[in-house]
Amino acid sequence: MPRELWKGNEAIAEASVRAGLDAYFGYPITPQTEILEYLSKRMPELGRAFVQAESELGAINMVYGAACAGVRVMSTSSSPGVSLMMEGLSYIQGTEVPAVLVNVMRGGPGLGNIAPSQADYNQAVHGGGHGDYHNIVLAPASVQEAIDLTVMSFDLAEKYRTICMVILDGSVGQMMEPAKMPEMRPMQRANWDWATDGRMGKRPRRILSSIYLDPIEEEKLNLRLLSRWKTIQRDEVRYKEYFLDDAEFVIVGFGTAGRVALSAVRQARAKGIKVGLLRPITVSPFPFEAIEQLVGRVSGFLVTEMNSGQMLEDVRLAVKGRVPVEFYGRMGGVVPFTEEILHEIERIASSKLSVDVDPREAWLERMAQAV
Amino acid sequence: MQKEIIIAGFGGQGVLFGGQVLAYAAMDAGKEVTWIPSYGPEMRGGTANCTVVIADDEIGSPLVKNPPLAIALNLPSFDKYEEVLAPGGTLIVNQSMVDRGAKRDDIHVIFVPCNEIAEEIGDKKLLNMVAVGALLTVLNDITLKDVEKALEGHLPARHKHLLPKNFEALKRGFEAAQKMPA
Repeated sequence: MPRELWKGNEAIAEASVRAGLDAYFGYPITPQTEILEYLSKRMPELGRAFVQAESELGAINMVYGAACAGVRVMSTSSSPGVSLMMEGLSYIQGTEVPAVLVNVMRGGPGLGNIAPSQADYNQAVHGGGHGDYHNIVLAPASVQEAIDLTVMSFDLAEKYRTICMVILDGSVGQMMEPAKMPEMRPMQRANWDWATDGRMGKRPRRILSSIYLDPIEEEKLNLRLLSRWKTIQRDEVRYKEYFLDDAEFVIVGFGTAGRVALSAVRQARAKGIKVGLLRPITVSPFPFEAIEQLVGRVSGFLVTEMNSGQMLEDVRLAVKGRVPVEFYGRMGGVVPFTEEILHEIERIASSKLSVDVDPREAWLERMAQAV
Repeated sequence: MQKEIIIAGFGGQGVLFGGQVLAYAAMDAGKEVTWIPSYGPEMRGGTANCTVVIADDEIGSPLVKNPPLAIALNLPSFDKYEEVLAPGGTLIVNQSMVDRGAKRDDIHVIFVPCNEIAEEIGDKKLLNMVAVGALLTVLNDITLKDVEKALEGHLPARHKHLLPKNFEALKRGFEAAQKMPA
């Protein structure tokens, strides 16, 4: 299949269709609306379900219902809309049904703005809804990755009966890049042994619910979720490495912050600085082992994010204070320029780092000086 | 090879499409390319811009602080991008919409009366193609032919009748820029 120029949001929409999306429920919000708009035309064309719900709450509960019926289902939204869906996510996880949710993140908190942001990392990776659960969270940095990870998200969600989120900042959603679409998969509904898809009098009744009034039974669910999560952590970690072979220190960044860091790493390399880049593709499960492998042979890490250092905490958890971890972030919908990260690389390359410095405090001090 | 281009102007001047045409041409030439618009509320009636990055390898940042190449289709864009253009870079300015000359002498500023040329061709909406044609004089990796083929290959069928005038606009812009003293 030849490369075509795709806008990130529309690419996600078409990729979901080709992956066999059976039902879509959503509500418009910038910078994600093109997904909904595209599917409003495409899904009916193919005889599949498209509903623009009355709100994000409506949409996520429609997703919940369709997921219980065992069909491939997705919703998409942007930060404030995703916040509204959190109750539904918890119910979906508590019921152990698969669903895909795309969050094209924008500046926040609150209504914020519509500019690109990565500030919903914690919400996606470390919680959001109530109760003990983990989402699989994929973080594409390009339009091609947005396509590939959208397709993968359905397979992962179904394999582990979990929510798979795809989080991208608004710039990946709005950007156009050449990309290849996968072939259209034949639509066939899986014959799940858990789905409440109508027994037609032929099999025992199935009940799907997130209610376990007996705490012992709830704890069994918690253990089941945790056991599945352990398998996910073992088998589903994905990341991309750049210039790591001889790297003396390493940048960790996901999504757009990761690809801006790539430009900075190349420029630093041209100046003779041996820096590499680790770009997590699954931010949940987080590539702890990949960082563990690097700790023994690099002198430090620089985490770059479009937030106040949310993934930073996971990197610090992996590094365990053995080598210095530095941080550089932009917030509020600001995308860092290559020069800013290059400046950080040059600072690190020419200074003596300490494990005793709090990376966020040090970053805030540098920010204050810059202003 | 990597080249970054910013195209800026009023909403309605064809800024975003001008960038897309370059992106299609770069893709068809087998290159990596990113096209990213300013998608804020400012695009409705105010200023709009898009950034196009063309490279041989995987592209990192889709945005650029100091572009080596830019097109300014109106005065606010001329003011803004003359200031941030990388030293030695080239700025194509729509002369029809500005009332001043260049301030910097460490960049190349090419003035092209895009509106007048477009009107001579018979469609004032073609001013963006005139400017893109002018840019091609300094964008060595993409030829006039590449852009023509991109338009032919990617313009929706209902717009195909517009191709000859688009080609003319590109060519006239290219020629106007070539005539400018270096």
